[in-house]
Amino acid sequence: MGQFLHEFFSPLDFIRSTPQVWDGFKLNIQLMLVAEALVLVLALLLAIVRGLPGRAAVPLRAAAIVYTDFFRGTPLILVLLLVQGFAQLNYVGLSSQTLFRTGLIALTLVYTAYVTEVYRAGIESVHPSQRMAARSLGLSYMQAMRYVVLPQAIRRVIPPLLNDFIGLQKDTALVTIIGLTEAVAQAGFYSSNYLNDTAYMVAAIFFIFLTIPLARFTDYIIKERERRERAQAV
Amino acid sequence: MSANGHFVSLQGVTKRFGDLEVLHGIDLDVAEHNVVCLIGASGSGKSTLLRCINLLEQVEAGTIVVDGQTITGTKVDVNRLRQKIGIVFQAYNLFPHMTVLQNVTLAPRKALGISRDKAEAHARALLRQIGLEEKADEFPDRLSGGQQQRVAIVRALATGPKLMLLDEITSALDPQLIGEVLELVRELADSGMTMIVATHEMSFAREVASKVCFLDAGVIREEGTPEQIFSSPREERTREFLARVLEAGRL
Repeated sequence: MGQFLHEFFSPLDFIRSTPQVWDGFKLNIQLMLVAEALVLVLALLLAIVRGLPGRAAVPLRAAAIVYTDFFRGTPLILVLLLVQGFAQLNYVGLSSQTLFRTGLIALTLVYTAYVTEVYRAGIESVHPSQRMAARSLGLSYMQAMRYVVLPQAIRRVIPPLLNDFIGLQKDTALVTIIGLTEAVAQAGFYSSNYLNDTAYMVAAIFFIFLTIPLARFTDYIIKERERRERAQAV
Repeated sequence: MSANGHFVSLQGVTKRFGDLEVLHGIDLDVAEHNVVCLIGASGSGKSTLLRCINLLEQVEAGTIVVDGQTITGTKVDVNRLRQKIGIVFQAYNLFPHMTVLQNVTLAPRKALGISRDKAEAHARALLRQIGLEEKADEFPDRLSGGQQQRVAIVRALATGPKLMLLDEITSALDPQLIGEVLELVRELADSGMTMIVATHEMSFAREVASKVCFLDAGVIREEGTPEQIFSSPREERTREFLARVLEAGRL
């Protein structure tokens, strides 16, 4: 028992490793913030493209489907390696700047595919009569989308969307595979230097503290909506 | 006005959903300031006909002329056309995420490009006319069905349409709420609005219609003045339909 506690919960190693792991964790936070912002916008555009009507939009719709199928089906770790391979192919070198971009692109590619589907489900959940009413007032397709369909759709998908973002936050740890020294990598360095795994617990705690507020916020939004809908039903 | 003096003119309008032909060669003329009521059983094509007139449905054959413009051809600006034609649906279809005022001002602001202040002033004036000004900042959920439908009518009027299409607008309402909606439609008719009204309210049709058309299986089986259709229908099918309505009314 004492050995177990020492291996994972040594106070000395806890204090000593925290600054080092935190140093790496800043990278996770950066990746997460930039990727989430990109994903929010790109996935929305892709979801709109997937829903475009008419025969003229067939190639666009098909491209969007191929995209989501590919990046939803491919493990993130593979996408990271593929994007890295692509970067090396173009001789862009291996500066930390490039590595950061590589990780960011891979995370964005994969999570855009997930979130596109979330948005799409939201758009499809808005009753067609809403769009019809908007069009009948003389609004264009895109105006009906922007002012009538999307506001209702996005409101409905906020909980699943935040859920995907929790996944994204944790998956920022995977960029360690392409050589970015984020929190898990730093913890690994510490662990092999001092032959003690407490640094991994420190990294775990950082991740947990990052996701808990988001998870509670998701719960709050779901509850709040249930409350409102019950109020309406009375 | 189109060449033959009618504000709306349909010739040979045919609409199919897959193998199902919903409208077979409909001819219909509506003069300006007139109210035409479409009666007939559910599924007879009344709603589809209305939707074809503002191009929510594409017709397979035939021509529709509205205000001198052939709208069934190519190169029709559907958005511009729909600003001239208001449609009100059975299920109101108000936008639940917007207040009453936002519902009414959306099309004037975004489709017509009217400033927010102007659009809101106009919307409030319209809401005042129907006694709902104090509901301007409420969400539709807070309103009764009758109030929601009156807001939907005002929303359709806000772009200044020259033609109103009413698609069974009282069918989803509790009986005690029907009156307030019909009263508003009556006022519209009195103000000279050209209207095509699909309805199951026979006494209302009798009162406001300039012309009544009986639709049956996608054709206009009989048309005439309300007096003629309701008092001395010529067609057997019309008599049967009216007898059924009468019976349902008694039950």
